[in-house]
Amino acid sequence: MTTLTPSRRWYSGVVGTYLGLAAALLAMVLFFGAKSEYFLTANTFITIANDIPALTVMAVGMTYVLIIAGIDLSVGSVMALSSALCSLAMLSWGWGLAPALLLGLLCGAVCGAFTGFVSVQWQLPSFIVSLGMLEIARGAAYVVTDSRTQYIGSDVDWLSSNLIGGISPAFVIALLVIVVGQLVLTRSVFGRYMIGIGTNEEAMRLAGVDPRPIKIAVFTLIGLLSSVAGLMQTSRLEAADPNTGIGIELQVIAAVVIGGTSLMGGRGSVISTFFGVLIIAVLEAGMAQIGASDPTKRIITGLVIIAAVMLDKYRDRRKQARQAG
Amino acid sequence: MPDHAPILRLRGIGKTYATPVLADIDLALVPGETLALTGENGAGKSTLSKIVAGLIPPTQGEMQLLDQPYRPASRSEAEALGIRMVMQELSLVPTLTVAENLFLGHLPQRGGFIRRQTLFDEAAAHMKAIGLDRIDPRQLVGELGIGHQQMVEIARALLGPCRLLILDEPTAMLTKHEIEHLFRQIERLKAEGVSIVYISHRLDEVEQIADRVTVLRDGRHVATRPMTELTQEEIVRLMVGHDVAESAVRPPLPPSTPALRIEGLGRGTRVRDVSLDLHPGEIYGIAGLVGSGRTELLRLLFGADQKDHGNIFLRGSTEAARITSPMSAVRQGIGLIPEDRKSQGLLLDKSITLNTTLARLTRFARRGWLNLAGERTAADNYVQLLGIRCNSAEQSTQELSGGNQQKVVLARWMLRDCDILLLDEPTRGVDIGARADIYAQMRQMADAGKALLVVSSDLRELMEICDRIGVMSAGRWAGSFARGQWDQQTLLEAAFSGYSNRPQEVKQG
Repeated sequence: MTTLTPSRRWYSGVVGTYLGLAAALLAMVLFFGAKSEYFLTANTFITIANDIPALTVMAVGMTYVLIIAGIDLSVGSVMALSSALCSLAMLSWGWGLAPALLLGLLCGAVCGAFTGFVSVQWQLPSFIVSLGMLEIARGAAYVVTDSRTQYIGSDVDWLSSNLIGGISPAFVIALLVIVVGQLVLTRSVFGRYMIGIGTNEEAMRLAGVDPRPIKIAVFTLIGLLSSVAGLMQTSRLEAADPNTGIGIELQVIAAVVIGGTSLMGGRGSVISTFFGVLIIAVLEAGMAQIGASDPTKRIITGLVIIAAVMLDKYRDRRKQARQAG
Repeated sequence: MPDHAPILRLRGIGKTYATPVLADIDLALVPGETLALTGENGAGKSTLSKIVAGLIPPTQGEMQLLDQPYRPASRSEAEALGIRMVMQELSLVPTLTVAENLFLGHLPQRGGFIRRQTLFDEAAAHMKAIGLDRIDPRQLVGELGIGHQQMVEIARALLGPCRLLILDEPTAMLTKHEIEHLFRQIERLKAEGVSIVYISHRLDEVEQIADRVTVLRDGRHVATRPMTELTQEEIVRLMVGHDVAESAVRPPLPPSTPALRIEGLGRGTRVRDVSLDLHPGEIYGIAGLVGSGRTELLRLLFGADQKDHGNIFLRGSTEAARITSPMSAVRQGIGLIPEDRKSQGLLLDKSITLNTTLARLTRFARRGWLNLAGERTAADNYVQLLGIRCNSAEQSTQELSGGNQQKVVLARWMLRDCDILLLDEPTRGVDIGARADIYAQMRQMADAGKALLVVSSDLRELMEICDRIGVMSAGRWAGSFARGQWDQQTLLEAAFSGYSNRPQEVKQG
């Protein structure tokens, strides 16, 4: 920041890294624009903007988790549980909005911290531990809500209200999370340690850096971000639905992977993840507008995911071939 | 030999990626000769041998095998023509048996089921034929020592017809005994008319085994001469292009409080009852055979493994230091340059900068945010100071040669400014030029009052750089020698001393 070097790198990074993703996104927008006359309207984009905040914040957390070579399958359930606890506090215990929201956030953080702590302390794969958490949190969400959608009402709808030009505060929060998330990843000690742990945990240990607190922190963070997503969802529905977020972990992982973050750890970008989220959102909105059936949508989404990863692999190989010299 | 028609002829072979890495190589190999291929790391030895073995295609030039054009499209095509290569990295499957590894890809089978008896019989016959019958074909490869694994790797290359065998640093992991065995096998193959290309940094081996020596430098052919016309010093001169400076003898150290003192340190049977003291300004070498517990000792000192008994005292303190993890070791001013820099030392696909600042990142941070420019400046300084050959400090370390990679790891601990540095095989796979740079840095660190503990399998290296050399043998401390008290013979005898007692111990146990 004190010299030109970082900003120049940031600029060349944007061109190099994001060009492919931006081109893919643009191509999709143009394609749907050509197919449907209603697609290229402000309405479509406002709808997309208000649709994606929950997915976006979770995808930022998932980017971090994949970078440290972990995975978290419990995001959807944690989302539901946070939302459920928040509604319980407001409806049954008569809490105000602010403390109820805080409780929801705390719940997410605790769930994430638990997943992280168990997998780090007992050296278990986070895949398995978070699979356990997926069941636990979902079950707990049903218990808390008595398996019914709990209507809270307009008290909670400010997150999804119209802030300016149809854009909700939730979208602004999601953008903030993206920006801060990218800065933390590229310019903070914490981000550097995450990248190091994902690249070679043993080398980090032998360099005198303890990977354990970092990993636990990353899982705590994704738990927290899942609860943020849960509260965004609650606000949109004005209710806590214990079935919310079922299967969303796959969408989150897909977005991150489309963005080019490696499942093997050590490499990833929050900005790319945002492109991944946008690609998924545009794909969904576009196919809905051209009247594609749900099965068709799923097949095409699946193909896009595979194509994205293939492209990434291809780029990787070319890079390696160049480096071999 | 020279009157034989060449088995393999290379004309103008070159390989260009982004830049040329190999150019204009002319070479002819006659049957039954051993050609040593030497040169600094990055000189093109591996590229050249991979071209011959069919792993990568050349971008220029042509090859002829027995006067026929030879353009292997793959390794298996080259193997079918009798050209085989044993790579530096082991490619065995540790969870399979020796026999399965030998025949991997063409296991004897009936209807998809492995014919185990046939497999083991054939494996046993093959191992016996090449004099390796003391390795049980039924044993899992993962249970073998690294030396035996290397022998299995070579045994696998010798299955089937073989005209030309390329050995890339085959002795890096072998004990003296195993090296001798390998050399006997090479002699036997030569007698059968097999040509050998032998790639090695160890010039004493080259001198012992090679008929002719080819020296490469910066991807070009410098010279090919009969070994009888060359000395080790001349080979080094050809490789480097100039003389390697001899080290100055270091003056004796003034008496001081030890920076590190250990008493009766032990862990299982790997490290048993080791005591030593290491002073500020001292370079203390640890010699010993592979597996004698040297690496394990360093790992104990660094907290990477936990000791069973014994005590460690730091900087004259009478209270035993608690070193429970690498993190606590680093906090207490100890650094480790690990044995395997690729898997334990570096974040390979990350930049020189990132790798350099890793152990002391907080120095470049304010409230958790990094000062990227300051980090970069610091890394640039070390690139310059250590002469790390690279495009820039932003280059990823996997693109560097072994010597330059090791310099990056060294830079990390110099930046960390730890006052006790443990170095495990600091120059393994490092070319001669970079080696001299690393020695010079080690001396400077010692002159600045740091204490260095160096494990190395290269006795000449230890004898060149160390103030004292301790020897480990079979997990025990077999003696310590001050400069002037040692010679190669004494050190080797000490290194072997623990093993001659072994049968006795077995009886007692």
